Parts: sequence; C-alpha cells; structure tokens
Amino acid sequence: MNPAVLSQHMAQRYLRRKITHWIMMGVLALASCLALIPLLSLSVYVLSQGIPGLGINFFTHLPQPIGETGGGMANSILGTLTLVVLASLIGVPWGIGTGLYLSEYPPGRLSTAVRFSADLLASIPSIIIGLFVYTLIVIPMRRFSLLAGGVALGIIMIPTLARSTEELLRRVPIHVREAGLALGLPRWKVILRIVLLGNARAISTGIILSIARVAGETAPLLFTSFNNQYWQRGLDQPSSSLPVQIYTYAISPYEDWHQQAWTGALILVLLVFAMNILTRILLSPRGSS
Amino acid sequence: MSIKSILEVKNLHAGFGTTEVVKGVSLSAQYHTVTAIIGPSGCGKSTFIRCLNRLHEETSGAFANGEVWLENTDIYAKNVDPVSIRRKVGMVFQKPNAFPSMSIFDNVVAGLRLAGVKRHSILKEIVEQSLISAALWHEVKDKLNAPGTSLSGGQQQRLCIARALAVEPTVLLMDEPTSALDPISTAKIEELMTELRKKVTIIIVTHNMQQAARISDQTAFFLSGELIEFGETSQVFTAPKMDQTERYITGRFG
Ligand SMILES: Nc1ncnc2c1ncn2[C@@H]1O[C@H](COP(=O)(O)OP(=O)(O)O)[C@@H](O)[C@H]1O
Ligand SMILES: [Mg+2]
Repeated sequence: MNPAVLSQHMAQRYLRRKITHWIMMGVLALASCLALIPLLSLSVYVLSQGIPGLGINFFTHLPQPIGETGGGMANSILGTLTLVVLASLIGVPWGIGTGLYLSEYPPGRLSTAVRFSADLLASIPSIIIGLFVYTLIVIPMRRFSLLAGGVALGIIMIPTLARSTEELLRRVPIHVREAGLALGLPRWKVILRIVLLGNARAISTGIILSIARVAGETAPLLFTSFNNQYWQRGLDQPSSSLPVQIYTYAISPYEDWHQQAWTGALILVLLVFAMNILTRILLSPRGSS
Repeated sequence: MSIKSILEVKNLHAGFGTTEVVKGVSLSAQYHTVTAIIGPSGCGKSTFIRCLNRLHEETSGAFANGEVWLENTDIYAKNVDPVSIRRKVGMVFQKPNAFPSMSIFDNVVAGLRLAGVKRHSILKEIVEQSLISAALWHEVKDKLNAPGTSLSGGQQQRLCIARALAVEPTVLLMDEPTSALDPISTAKIEELMTELRKKVTIIIVTHNMQQAARISDQTAFFLSGELIEFGETSQVFTAPKMDQTERYITGRFG
C-alpha cells in the first residue's frame, strides 16, 4: 500500500476511534446520573413528607389511639435498637467466627460446604427466615417476642458477615501470619490478636453494614416480634419496631397515621445513612502518616 | 568439626505434596557465626530455612523429614512442640511485615505480650534494648506510638529484626532480608549484622553474592534442592571446589 494512503487511512481510523470514545463516555456518564436519580428523589421525598411530623413527641411518646394528637414512636425506636443489639449478639460472633474459619483453616469439604451454605442462606428471602424462627421460637413459646425478632435478624446477619469477613481476611498477606507464627505464637493467637484485631476497623465496617441492612427488615419481624403499642415489657413479649410500625401505619386509612409513617420512615433512613457514613469515617485513612 | 555446633542439619528432605524440593541436605553452624545460603531462584533456599523453625509445615501439603539439631534437641523429634522451637529460632522475611494497626512499641513486644508478659516496665526495657540492637532506636525513640507500618521499608525491616530479637532467640533466620530494600537500607542492615552475630547465630539466604562474601563466615551453595558446596566463605568464593559453584558465583548461570 502507498504510504500516503496508509497514513490517511490511519488518521481516519483514529478519528473514528476518538468519536466512539466520546459517545461511550457520554452514555456511561448518563447511566451514572440515572442511577443517582432514584436515590436523590427518594431522599427528597422522604424528607419533605417526614419533616412535618417531626417533633420531640415523636421520640418521647407512645402511639396514641386514632383521633388523639401528639403520639410518637418512642417504643418503636427503642424496639428497633433492642432488636439490633440482640441480632448483633447472635449474628456478630457467629458471622465473624464463620468468616475466620473459612479464611484461616485449610480448604476442605467442610469449608466448601460452609461457604456454599452461607451463600444459600444469604439468598433466602428474609420472610422465610421469619417463618423459620416462627416455628422455632414463636410456636413453642406460644407468643410473639422480641427475642424471636432478634434471632431472625441475627440469622440474616450471619451469611453476609461471614463472607465479608472472609474476603477481608483473605486480603491480609500470608507473610503477616507467618511473622506471627515465627515469633512462637500459637495459630489461634495469631489469628485473633494479629490478623483479626489488626483489621478491626475494616471488620467493624462489615458489622455496621450488616446492622444497617437488618435494621430496616420488616417481613421477618411480622411474625416474630410482631408489634405492640406500649412500652416493651420483656424479651419474651412482642415488641414494636420502626419498620413494622411504619407498615402498620402506612396501610391504615388514617391521614394522621400516614404522617407518622412518613416520619418513621425518615428516622429509619437517617439511621441507616448514619451507619453508612460511620463506616466511611472508620475506613478513611488516618493515623497512617 | 570439633567445636560444638548450635545447629546441625542431617539429611533433611522437604517438599510440597509429592514434589521434593530439598533433597537430603546436611550442614551445621557454630555459635555466633553467619551462614549464607546462595543459589538460583527456586532451588529450595526458602524451603530449607523454613524447615529450621518448622514454619515450612504451616503451608498445606508441605512435608519435611530428617534431623535438625538445635543444641541438644532434634526439632523434628516426635514430642517437640513447633511453637516452642519458634521462640528459639527467630525469622526475618523478605518483605518487611510490620503487624497492621500496631504501634512501633506494640510490634516489638508482640511476641512477648501475646505470650503473656504484661508488666509495662519489663516491656519498655525490652523495646529499648531490641530497637538498639536493631539500630533503629535513635530514629524512632520519640514516636514509639506511631503505627509500625508508617515507617519506611528499611526501617520496617529493622523493626521486624527488633521484633524477632525481643523474644531472645538463639538463632535468627533471614530470608533475603534486603532484597526489597534500597542500597542505603541494605548497607545499614549489613552493618547491623556484624553486631547481631554477637547475640545470635545467623542463617541468611541472599541473592546478592557480594553480600554473602561481605557478611558471612561460611557459605552453602544450593542447586535444585541439593547442597552442592559448603565451606568457609573465603574458600567458596575464591577457590570453589565444585565446577557448578564456580559457574554460579562468576555469573555464568542462575
Ligand atoms: N507453597 C508451595 N507449594 C508448592 N510448591 C512450592 C511452594 N513454595 C515453593 N514451591 C516450589 O518449591 C521450589 C523451591 O522454592 P523456594 O524454596 O521458595 O526456592 P528459593 O527460595 O530458593 O527461590 C520451587 O520450585 C517452588 O516452585
Ligand atoms: Mg526464596
């Protein structure tokens, strides 16, 4: 081919590539903006609907019978906090323990089975977990209870926490573990005190994210902790929680309750956002200069 | 050899799965000497020294048999606890590996503290001594609470040396401790070794022939898992007995 023709051909191809590049960039930018729209509009909507009902009463008062004003969701907020603590008591040690086992002990049939079960468990709809806990705890105890709700949420935490812990620990270089072993430390001490504690901040991020995830679960609570319009009276008693209370109010025919539901939703969203922001802060590089 | 050895390896075989990587190696080291192990990549140097503190067996599928006498104990004898051996045989790795989110202080005392030594006054003294021995004290004495990982590569490697020394081992294994470092840090660590040998017996794997010649008393040349030549460093480098050794140290292969 004639060199002049060739170079003209190359120039044309270059131009074509350039144009394709810009078109693709445009499409990608547009797609990213579109992904932001649901989040932004949701936030704005929940804010605008929720704020009118916001007031000190919302946080300090019990729900009022329909027709009376000044009711709040104090018991639901407290209920959700208690549920989350209960769930963490079960889910955190269990999930992290499983993650540790998966990352630190030699691959074998057991770990393959455990990993597979964790993945399956993570993909089971949460309402099924609720049903399971219903037959496991609610039926034998003959009543809905805070305990049952906590167990249901705890079980939901296990698989995600196990897998995120495993992934995280796998990224810790093998030579860090070897350095610990070479100091004459038993393996379990190396794992707990050097590998796990050395990555405590990243691990706590995983914990917070899993808490944020279960804090808004509704379905498994419907037939475990159920609901209650009064202050909580014990672990073995039904309990209100933000998501269930929102659900109850939202499907009611009363304008007043709809307002309460929106404000409850706002609090729930803020709670979850706050936890996400906390993980950002925990993970931000500091103290490494 | 007439003088009592601190370390004596007899017919050591080691490998992974069905592959033998160390094929019947025997050698010995006297108190307060430096033994260099040289040889081309993949010839089994790391595997060999990882057998000397029983770290090799921590890799899944790894096997080792033979005798490794540390003073009066065969560390591969049946009733020997590898954990107790590793307290006597310290190790420094190729990549500096300070423990994550531990301060300089905590890194140095990690071995002792996790073994149950709690008294702060004792730990403090050991930190100072170990950092002095590792020639790092003057650079870090005002920031012992800074994270270990905030130090430069060369400093971190000396921190790792201090950490290994803190548990007072009698033998120190070093697997290419300077190959990830710049020339100045390398020189510092070489300098340090002449002091260290007063405290511990050193076995060092190195890729750097000049380094082996400068710092060691005896040199072992490995090739494909076999010990080809073992003798006084000056002899190995100036008058090697084996043809393969000569070809390797003059850079004609490897
Ligand atoms: N974990 C392992 N599993 C299987 N083979 C390995 C493993 N580590 C090293 N080897 C093999 O063992 C041989 C010796 O390796 P190594 O002792 O690291 O050599 P060197 O330190 O002399 O470079 C190499 O062929 C290497 O591929
Ligand atoms: Mg090596």
